[in-house]
Amino acid sequence: MMGDLFRNQQAMRAMRQSAIQKGVIAVLDVGTSKITCLILVFDEKAHAAIDEGVGDLAGQERFRVIGAATTRSRGVEFGETTAPYETERAIRTAVQAAQKMAQCRVDHVIACASGGRPRSYGLAGQVQVEREIVTESDVAGVLASCDIPDYGAEREILHAQPVNFVLDQRSGLTDPRNHIGQHLACDMHMLTADRAPIGNLVHCVRRCDLELAGLAISSYVSGISALVEDEQELGAACVDMGGGTTGISIFLKRHMIYADTVRLGGEQVTHDIAMGFKIPANMAERIKTFHGGVVATGMDDRDMIEIDGASGNWGRERRAVSRAELIGIMRPRVEEVLEAVRERLDAAGFEHLPSQQIVLTGGASQVPGIDSLATRILGQQVRIGHPLRVRGLPQAVTGGAFSSVVGLSLLAAHPQDECWDFEMSHDFRAARPLRRAVKWFRVNW
Amino acid sequence: MRAMKDPAPSRLEYRMNRLMLRPSTRSFLRYGLPVIALAALAGLWSIDEDRWERTVAFAAELRREIGERPEFTVKMMIVEGASSELAASIRKSLSIEFPVSSFNLQLAELKETVQALDAVARVSLQVRSRGVLIVEVDERIPAAVWRSSDGLVLLDKTGHRTAAVPSRGFRPDLPLVAGHGADAAIPEALQLFDVARPIRKRLRGLVRVGDRRWDVVLDRGQTIKLPDSEPVTALNRVVELNVAQDLLERDVSVVDFRNPQRPILRLGSTAIRSFQDAQAMSLTDDG
Repeated sequence: MMGDLFRNQQAMRAMRQSAIQKGVIAVLDVGTSKITCLILVFDEKAHAAIDEGVGDLAGQERFRVIGAATTRSRGVEFGETTAPYETERAIRTAVQAAQKMAQCRVDHVIACASGGRPRSYGLAGQVQVEREIVTESDVAGVLASCDIPDYGAEREILHAQPVNFVLDQRSGLTDPRNHIGQHLACDMHMLTADRAPIGNLVHCVRRCDLELAGLAISSYVSGISALVEDEQELGAACVDMGGGTTGISIFLKRHMIYADTVRLGGEQVTHDIAMGFKIPANMAERIKTFHGGVVATGMDDRDMIEIDGASGNWGRERRAVSRAELIGIMRPRVEEVLEAVRERLDAAGFEHLPSQQIVLTGGASQVPGIDSLATRILGQQVRIGHPLRVRGLPQAVTGGAFSSVVGLSLLAAHPQDECWDFEMSHDFRAARPLRRAVKWFRVNW
Repeated sequence: MRAMKDPAPSRLEYRMNRLMLRPSTRSFLRYGLPVIALAALAGLWSIDEDRWERTVAFAAELRREIGERPEFTVKMMIVEGASSELAASIRKSLSIEFPVSSFNLQLAELKETVQALDAVARVSLQVRSRGVLIVEVDERIPAAVWRSSDGLVLLDKTGHRTAAVPSRGFRPDLPLVAGHGADAAIPEALQLFDVARPIRKRLRGLVRVGDRRWDVVLDRGQTIKLPDSEPVTALNRVVELNVAQDLLERDVSVVDFRNPQRPILRLGSTAIRSFQDAQAMSLTDDG
């Protein structure tokens, strides 16, 4: 059952390795409201970043952004491609603009998808260690011993990450290799998604003459960039409030342990405004971004917003609504989104985590006043998160809406071990600690 | 609201854009295409035969005009390191009419011509400033006269031919050698002549015998036969015998040193007679 998928994922991994060797790779976030493409260049030599105020953080000094483009998404609903041809055109627009900025052609792309109704599974496996010392093959064996639940014929595994290893009585090992013990067990986090939307996305990317070098779920990658290291370590939830979907990912000990999406987002708010004021969607979007909010004050009753029905009858159709009315439309919908998030977090057992930190990010988290509203619904520890600073990232792409694309580039630079990585040859992995040592010397001397 | 143009590039446009971003395409457009275009233009232009000929003629004319400028004119030739006769023969063999453009002087060919002369060991030609062609020659100095079946020839000290002479009288100062293969053994012959200086007045010449050894021919029909190996030592012994005992002043027709361990004298007829007389005399004394 898993053989075919393993080969696919391993092929993508090999493609990513070769792309990083070549030095240029693109990351692509196909969202409901916008498509963003970043072009990254990898250079091992570039350690000058420390001078620019960006330290040796999370290994992001390895790459630099040389091209960035954002375009309005088309043919995507709830993060799923409904009109592949339109989506392909939008992807082409973004990739071409990014290539123009980078002045360089890119052949490999890592994409992330927000749709497909992701579902998390926690798996456990155990195995007897063959010899005294845990080797690579033992790790591969314990990962293979996890019993895969029946996740449905129409679904694909997107992530399968070893989260924790237990060797005899010791738990919490991140890397059990070369430890001495007899009984090795592991916890694995597996994420599945609907096959059709993922397949459509892959197809769109292929149609743009690009090779897919990796696939990730967007709530996971926004967590990578929006959560700071302590939050990832101690446990936190990242709520990526996008256009069509709101992604939730829970991190603990630097691993994603749960992910889910709520199929509600900023576009529902826009839709509500358009319905309520009987105005076109683009105008509703405009007044939402310029005047929107979720906490009304007395001042807002006097704050009038000019709107225009765009029926051509300018004189009659012209009217003004107060900002309080706008807030009155927006607030219930945002509350609904946050309550749905609360529901999912409760279902996941978030309250049992040691830390209750929740980080809101994504485009819809930019609504003024959402932090106080979220505090009421989600709990006391809520903050608005922005993506990590990355070298070369244009100012326009540093907002909360871009945390998933930035997280994707961080993931490209430092890929998380997936279970299919553990069937690789021995010497390839052995080269890494040496390289790390050399790098440590370079950075510190 | 005005309808906006679709910002998405068409598939073809997108592919073209990516093609143009390929490094190889870019370098081809920058360097390859202009070169090909220029070459094609030049090719098309010169397809007409007449036009091509005119171009060639124009180029030739241009080259000639530049060659005739005073900066490129060679006005005279100086021969260095050669005797006057050799200089004359070099001038004759080169036969350059001055002034001439240095474009038209093929120095390599001229050098071969000069090198082909017998008396020239080594030559270098240079066009120097102020239009001077300098021919530097190492001349071969004749060291011996060789009488062979082809006539009389002058040889230098390595045995290389330098010139032909009509008769021995032209160079009476040079020693004479004869015989097949004598030219190859000239250095040895010169050593022999050097050793034979005390009997120089009587020396007629050296004869190479069988291309392996020398005969020294003196006047009055005397011959000294020298061995193959170390003939100089042998001749030295003969000369010293002559100095000590006037060997060659006596009636000896051949001094045979072919075997230095056992030299042989062949006496003349007078000597034989007096030797027999003396023998007879001693016989009578004894009896």
